[in-house]
Amino acid sequence: MTSSTSTPEAQAPSDYGTHPGASANRVFRWLSTGAGVLILITLAAVATFLLVEAWPAFTMSSEELGETVSFIKPDQGQSLMEIIGYLIFGTLVISIIALLIATPVSIGIALFISHYAPRRLAQGLGYLIDLLAAVPSVVYGLWGVAVLVPFLTPFYQFLADYLGFIPIFAPPESGDIFTGRVAMSAGIVLAIMILPIITAVSREVFLQTPTLHEEAALAMGATRWEMIKMAVFPFGRSGMIGATMLGLGRALGETMAVLMIISPGLTFSASILQPNQHNTIAAYIALQFPEANSMGVNSLIAMGLALFVITLLVNMLARWIVSRRKDFSGAN
Amino acid sequence: MKIAYRSGAVISAAALTFALAACSPSNETSSESESPAADSSTSTSTDAGTETAALSGNLQGAGASSQESAMDAWRAGFQEANPDVTVGYDPVGSGGGIEQFLSGAVPFAGSDGLLEGEEYTQAQEVCGDGGAYHLPMYISPVAVIFNIEGLTSLNLDAETIAKIFDGVITSWDDPAIADQNPDAELPSETITVVHRSDSSGTSENFTDYLEQAGNGAWGYEASKEFPETSAQRVGADGTSAVVDNVTNTPNAIGYADASRAGSLGTVAIKVGEEYVPFSPEAAANIVAASPLSEEANGENDLAYAIDRTTTDSSAYPLTLVSYHIVCSSYEDEATRDLVVGFEKYVASDEGQDTAASAAGSAPLTDELQSQIDSILDGIAAGA
Repeated sequence: MTSSTSTPEAQAPSDYGTHPGASANRVFRWLSTGAGVLILITLAAVATFLLVEAWPAFTMSSEELGETVSFIKPDQGQSLMEIIGYLIFGTLVISIIALLIATPVSIGIALFISHYAPRRLAQGLGYLIDLLAAVPSVVYGLWGVAVLVPFLTPFYQFLADYLGFIPIFAPPESGDIFTGRVAMSAGIVLAIMILPIITAVSREVFLQTPTLHEEAALAMGATRWEMIKMAVFPFGRSGMIGATMLGLGRALGETMAVLMIISPGLTFSASILQPNQHNTIAAYIALQFPEANSMGVNSLIAMGLALFVITLLVNMLARWIVSRRKDFSGAN
Repeated sequence: MKIAYRSGAVISAAALTFALAACSPSNETSSESESPAADSSTSTSTDAGTETAALSGNLQGAGASSQESAMDAWRAGFQEANPDVTVGYDPVGSGGGIEQFLSGAVPFAGSDGLLEGEEYTQAQEVCGDGGAYHLPMYISPVAVIFNIEGLTSLNLDAETIAKIFDGVITSWDDPAIADQNPDAELPSETITVVHRSDSSGTSENFTDYLEQAGNGAWGYEASKEFPETSAQRVGADGTSAVVDNVTNTPNAIGYADASRAGSLGTVAIKVGEEYVPFSPEAAANIVAASPLSEEANGENDLAYAIDRTTTDSSAYPLTLVSYHIVCSSYEDEATRDLVVGFEKYVASDEGQDTAASAAGSAPLTDELQSQIDSILDGIAAGA
């Protein structure tokens, strides 16, 4: 690099060469580049692994796969592709329930912390919310099964009795909510799990709102709510979307809590109060993996590939939304 | 991504087991036991289990998680008798165990199911032309458990059980149930069926029983996956979750490893003309009363096709049989000695008793024990 035949362009950096911190500077540059490259390599390795391992399951004929793998039953409308279809649907249903609950609550908490709460309370509350993120998902699952599900079941019965005519809240045939281990419960527990990340990111974004904007709004006679509506939200919109998508990413991949809570099934049913209707890809893989034979593992990896693709798509969508909104956000 | 984590975890867990296993005793013994390990082949005494010959080394197995608690007891017992040996068992599931066995990664596998067709052929690549043998080491009755207030036992035939789990019989006071239990006070409540939601050998044995013995009332095939019946049902992941759900749901019925039935009510199933409650002896008898599978690899391969339709009322046909799959010959003499030594211990009275007290399994019958013993004596080395 510092050869004698250096061109004028290379001359400039060589000035640093005489500086005492030069070698540390170079080392750090390569370390950080290495870290950046490492993440790309990891991602590529995961994608390659999924593709290579899923390939045999994709190329095998449906009937043959049905004979080899116990959980694939093409004659009962459960070929590999159909199962993936059901699972993608179930994953999305449960994640969307989680998002619908978590997003408004999180943004409320974030606003409270950033704009309403007294400073000392805000700090303590923010810390508590961050702690929620550190609770392992198995614990959420156990708590969900032992405490939340029994607690929610009468409430579901109420929903089914009075709103059962809406397909989403339709009870099982007997009209009796005999178990609370349904998609709704899984969605609620997931909502609690993704709450911290959405809150934390939104809070940071809200805190970034230029004080000038806020004061300008207040000076024009806006109430605090109007100020938030006029100054904070427009500024933080892309950040909120980003936060929500981070939460969705976590919800899509969550395994243990869903596995422990839901009584799984494979359908395209919209009834989130009925058991045996939904399952997520991650939970399905965890259910089947222990007893799967080698082709079964290939099939499960094919499902994992589907999850990988969905997660990528969701993130790309989020990027696209964020970039489309950038011009209006005033973040620049 | 989750998959990558998962298999990564499995791999690292396996690696860790290897590493840990490799750490402790081998260091101490390797200096003195190069030859004793080979010598130990002289110790093929028929006095199983209590062998005191100097076996040493590291034996790694993988497979069915149903055997896990029994396996823990066996490992502890065998290592106590042979302080220089470390036995590891990775409960990755039957499928995973067979896969590792067929790839030569482990010298024995635990499995709830039998090798099938192609797998027998693959086994010949690892084990030589003799192929692999199944040894029924872990016999465990499956109990049909229920939660009805004030009732601890019910008499049901397979057909009724099949109809309950299929959703044809939906209420406890159905005449089909009441006729078989004239003295029981049956509630007029909807039956909630609790079944395994994961893939499991227990489900496979249970559905196999319903299919074979249910007089056609069970319209599904035996499967590791409980089918989507029209019963009012709840799926739960794992034995504990099934037991929990039955315990917490009034008027529920389910099936689980008998050792986990606890204080729940259990069903005595109809065999021949009598109602037989589960018991270790009756479970062991069903194995003795069953023929070998048609696919079996010669008479040394104790792969049983359990006869669920038996009319012998000393037997309990709703029984899970879990096998150890071993090679008919091993290339390496030390491995052979370790496998034979370990399996002999497992099949011995001592081994079976430890498993019975640790996991509630049914001890093998004497004939089966001696049969396994002689099969193990025939396992060759250096093939």
